[in-house]
Amino acid sequence: MKRCWITDKPLEVSSMVELVTRREAGAINTFIGTVREFTEGKRTLFLQYEAYTSMAEKKLEEIAEEIDRKWPDVKIAIAHRIGRLEISDIAVIIAVSTPHRDDSFEASRYAIERMKEVVPIWKKEHWENGQEWIGNQKETKQGIPREEEIR
Amino acid sequence: MNRVLFFAGLRERVEKEELEIDVTGRTVGEVKELVSEKYGLDQIQSCMTAVNEEFALNDMKIEEGDTIAFIPPVSGG
Repeated sequence: MKRCWITDKPLEVSSMVELVTRREAGAINTFIGTVREFTEGKRTLFLQYEAYTSMAEKKLEEIAEEIDRKWPDVKIAIAHRIGRLEISDIAVIIAVSTPHRDDSFEASRYAIERMKEVVPIWKKEHWENGQEWIGNQKETKQGIPREEEIR
Repeated sequence: MNRVLFFAGLRERVEKEELEIDVTGRTVGEVKELVSEKYGLDQIQSCMTAVNEEFALNDMKIEEGDTIAFIPPVSGG
């Protein structure tokens, strides 16, 4: 069964948690990325996400494999939604279970930061007075892979 | 033949999701220049390129059947 995927359907926290729940785990950490209304005083009406889906799922799986190597006995599931998302909708969920809590916090943080670097997903902000694809603007740091990620 | 894919702002600029062109034997950098000139896409120079869903550098040579995708700076999450 897939543990990383892109979908145009609403994401649901409990089913993600279920995917990583197991007897060996003493901690389950969920990161939920939602659509924010105000960014530096600017009001967002809605967001539009787009992905290079096949490559994005592959890159998410690579992140999961990195996490497998970095933290002992981790179980992770990552899902990202694309299409039109309204304010407060969930764009991404990362669920991580580990035997001890420190690892679950760390692995979860690692997953979202890596996603923002190497997974081909883009968001377009729609404001009252315009729209723009976010990428190298001030709002987010530029998502450019490190040299060693280019094989 | 090769498929060339565009996403996000590039796709809107080109007004196409993909092109079928023959760039076999050319480098990634040459393909960038070719597409940039044809569509006036200066921003393609700051994009990553993926060949068959893996990031590729400008000196990589394209082979028959390869799929080339231009990847603007990502902003998921």
